[in-house]
Order: sequence, then structure tokens, then C-alpha cells
Amino acid sequence: MARVQDILAQFQAKGVESCFHGRHINPQIYAGLNGANWGLKDYEARGGYQALRKVLGQDGGPGMTQDEVIAELKASSLRGRGGAGFPTGLKWSFMPRNFPGQKYLVCNSDEGEPGTFKDRDILMHNPHAVIEGMAIAAYAMGASVGYNYIHGEIFRVYERFEAAIEQARESGYLGQGIMGSAFSFQLHGHHGYGAYICGEETALLESLEGKKGQPRFKPPFPASFGLYGKPTTINNTETFAAVPWIIRNGGDAYLQVGKPNNGGTKLYSVSGDVEYPGNFEVPMGTPFSKLLELAGGVRGGRKLKAVIPGGSSAPVVPAHIMMDCTMDYDSIAKAGSMLGSGAVIVMDETRCMVKSLLRLSYFYFEESCGQCTPCREGTGWLYRVVHRIESGKGRPEDLDLLDSVAGNIMGRTICALGDAAAMPVRGFLKHYRDEFMYHIEHKHCLVPEYL
Amino acid sequence: MSATAAPSTAAPFSDAMLARFAREVAKYPPDQKQSAVMACLAIVQQERGWVSPDSERAVAAYLGMPAMAVHEVTTFYNMYNQQPVGRFKLNVCTNAPCMFAGGPQALEHLCETLGVQPGETTADGLFTVQGCECLGACGDAPVMLVNDRNMCSFMSNDKLDQLISGLRGAED
Repeated sequence: MARVQDILAQFQAKGVESCFHGRHINPQIYAGLNGANWGLKDYEARGGYQALRKVLGQDGGPGMTQDEVIAELKASSLRGRGGAGFPTGLKWSFMPRNFPGQKYLVCNSDEGEPGTFKDRDILMHNPHAVIEGMAIAAYAMGASVGYNYIHGEIFRVYERFEAAIEQARESGYLGQGIMGSAFSFQLHGHHGYGAYICGEETALLESLEGKKGQPRFKPPFPASFGLYGKPTTINNTETFAAVPWIIRNGGDAYLQVGKPNNGGTKLYSVSGDVEYPGNFEVPMGTPFSKLLELAGGVRGGRKLKAVIPGGSSAPVVPAHIMMDCTMDYDSIAKAGSMLGSGAVIVMDETRCMVKSLLRLSYFYFEESCGQCTPCREGTGWLYRVVHRIESGKGRPEDLDLLDSVAGNIMGRTICALGDAAAMPVRGFLKHYRDEFMYHIEHKHCLVPEYL
Repeated sequence: MSATAAPSTAAPFSDAMLARFAREVAKYPPDQKQSAVMACLAIVQQERGWVSPDSERAVAAYLGMPAMAVHEVTTFYNMYNQQPVGRFKLNVCTNAPCMFAGGPQALEHLCETLGVQPGETTADGLFTVQGCECLGACGDAPVMLVNDRNMCSFMSNDKLDQLISGLRGAED
């Protein structure tokens, strides 16, 4: 009789479709991966842990000071890959350097923004890049303990990361006196268990402390009052994974890969109506049309209707505007949206915009943590009003109502989930108002019924 | 924690579970054992299928935190089962990116095949089927999570049928 684990293993993704398809452009983080070479020895063979060696002066060189590491990061123009795009070097410089007590470093791998699945492939297939990046960050900020908070739904990835930590410990890349230097850093994995809100950094800290993941007021910012009330820096998985390359090759080289103010490569998760959904690592500033081509174009050769370029919270962008964009923070911002986490959700001409917004609005209604009234109540209002439009019971004044509810959520909540719920509503209404009006007047969809 | 020190309703844990708990607790500062609550509850669910009020109280006693604080965690995070579920819990993502790639159709196919509505358990107690929010694997749609820890990708109707018939006859 077959065993449960053997049966389930048959359906596990191997990463071939999403990561080892060979259609990256000058990859750094996904370079040379094949699914079997995630371990420490293979990582070393790819040049792994040389950056940490260089920083700690264990390569025969003089080593780097904390300020030199941060200066290199600033020169690279690396911006936070979790969604906000905040300059990483600047963030690191906010940590109080002379604080005498415990400081913490946290990696945010709570990847739950619909459309995003890039960090999963890093942690599964190149976990040591994150560990090395974190060790370098910990050195630069004087943090001796770190945690990687990993989305609970990707439990195999959490187990993989734990195994990689064990390897790094055994080889002296983590722990007391790393590589014989005076620097010590302990790193641990921590898993979530199904709460989108924990991707918000202060909710994540609450969750790490064993509580409900409800965001904290800022200020104080985590750099002064973070995990257990101690100075803490939180970066995204991809941000840490980019650090070893920058230290090995220099900040200027990283900046040269991208475009000004948008250094390096970026991982884009392309999902929805494309022929080959997956992750694609390309230089910042790559044209959207090129990215779409890497993903095999729109599925079935259909026409592109719209793109949500930065995860479900980003405002939708119509095809004709999107086709003129390059994939970087500034170009997407100019198009009225956000690069966010780099989750590119592609929608073809058959998609109903009311139905699409309905599903997104349900998500934010479901995931609101309930702490702030405008978000707790407002996300429910948004969902119910879109629902009645979709089910043919909409009223002409509903569009103004949606806009007013969205406007009354934005800027009135502790964290950004409220804005994240409101922005898609405003984006869809801005570009597809006609389609919503058609729904209200005709009680059904403008686009033909699809399967 | 000895069985006598805990409230009489608390469920005692096996040595193997206690060893796993201890491994989690060791990750955090000695005065921050509460940080291990999510991991401990996940271990409880893996072993017992769900997190009962008795288990919550026992975890609370083990970590030295109020039972209500444990209950807050169980109820806040979606993956904890607050009631018993079938032997196999099948969570199918139906969020927008998956909606554009067959997620809702996969859920519908499972429900039809098993003769249940979303959220229900089959009469033989084998399967609980439900829609869920983003699993962080949108490129693998249709995608589903089996018993919290096993992601199944590219689940066409054929593969769903294979999975169901395989699990029906499988041993642990």
C-alpha cells in the first residue's frame, strides 16, 4: 500500500516551471540553480560566503568596517524588495550603532501578497544567499541574533531553510566567532500560520513575540523599538539575497546593472493569463513587453487587457499604458501604480474587471486584522458593494459610494492594509468605470461569460 | 511540565512532542518562551489533527502564558483547525491570480468529486475541502495545500483525481 507522503510528493513542484526555465536575464540570485544545488558546498562553489569572508577580513584582506558595508549598500542603490522600495543602506544606517544592549535582525519571508512567489524559490533553491546576506547585515548593524519569519503555507520551504541554517552552523558561518573572527550571529527560522497581515513589519514582530499579528503604531519605529522592545531591522528575503553580490562586486557594479536610483536585478513573479507563469530575474528597467515575452506572452495568444504590476494591492494598469512601462520603481509609479513586491498579475481580454475586483476585495475583507475601524468596517463595505454590482443589484450611486468608502479608509489606519484594500478599488474605477456602469445598467458583464 | 501540575483537563504531550517543543523554545530568549506558541500549536495540530481547548491549555501551561493568549493565537491565524477536520484537509487557493488560472474550477471539481460543499467534510471522515487565500505559489496554479504542510502544484482535474484516489488507499 502506498504511503501518504509518497503520494503527496508526486504533486510537489520541482521549481522547473517557476525558476529553472533558463529565461532570466543576467541573473544574480537565481543564477546557476537547478533544484539539486541548494546546499552549502554547491553554494560555496558558486562563490558563496566569499562576501562574508571579505567583510570579516578572513580572505587575507583588511576586512570592512560597519560604515564601509553600509556605504557599499548605499552606493548600490539597492531598494527594499518587499514592496515599499525603501533604500536598504539608509535603513541600515538608522540602527543605533552604539546601543549597548541586544539588537535584532529580522527577515520578512511572509510572502502572502497575492501574485508573489519569488522568495519561496530563493529560500528553497538558494537559501544560503539569504543566510549570508543576513550575516553581513547583522555585522553591519551589530545585531547578534536574527530570525527569518517564513509564510506558514510554504512549510517545506521553512524546513529547507532550517536545514540550510544547520549546514551554515556546522561550517562555522553562523554561531559564535564566525570563521575565527570576533563576530557572532545566531539565526533561527520562525513560521507563520495563515495571516496576511504578518507581512506588515510590526505585525510580524508581534507574531514573532507569540501574539496576534496586529500592527503597532509608528513611531516608535522598529529601529528604536522592535522585537522584544529592542532595536530591530527588518528586510525582505530578496533584499538580503542581493547583498552578497553587492559586497563581492561592489555597489557601483550593482547600480550599473539597473538604472539610476533603481540598482540591480529584480525578481518578478508573473502569474495569471500568461503561457508560462513563473519567476523571472531581470535587470531593473527591463521593458514590461520583454518580461511578458519571457513569460511566453498572453495565454492562448489572446489580447492583453490589463496588468496589476506589483501585487494585488497595486492599482491596475491598462494594457496600452503598461506596454510602455519599464519594470522599475520610477516607471511604474509614473504609470499611477506601484512596483510593490514585483508580482505581475496579467489579465487577458476575457477578464471581467468587476469580478476581478470582487475577489481582491474579499481578500482584504477576510484579512483585515480588525484593529482599526475604518479598515475592519470599510473592507466589508467595499466587498459588499462590489458584490452587489457583480450580482446585478448595483445602483448608479454605488460607484461614488465605493470611492467615498475607499477615501475614508486611506490614511486613517495604523498600517498599510487599509490603503492596500482601497487602492485596487480606486485603480479599477479609474480605468474601468465604464465596465462597472455597464454591470449596473445591464445587470451582467460587458465581457462574454468565460469558463 | 508534569501531568499533575497542569489543570486536570489539559492534554498531556508525548515525549516526542515535548522534544519538538523544546527545540522551538530554544530559539528565543529564556524570558520569551511565548514566541514558540505558533510552532507548538502547529506541532499539536500535526499530531492531533486540530487544536482543542484542552491542547490550548496544555500549551499555555508548558509555555507559562495565559490560556486566553494561546486562544487568541489559535483564532487569529487561519491555518489552525479549531474543530476536528477530515484525515486530509485540502485547501485550494481561489485568490485573484489563481482565479485567472483555474483555482476556483479545481475547488469545484474537488467538491463535485467528493460530494461536499466548500468547508465540509466527507461522510467517511477522509476529506475536508475548502477554498483559501493566497498560498504564495500563484505561478503553480491551480495550487492546493494538503494538511498544512504539503503543497500540490499544477492540479488539473486529472491530477486531482489521481490525488484523491491515491490518498483514499494510502497508509500513514
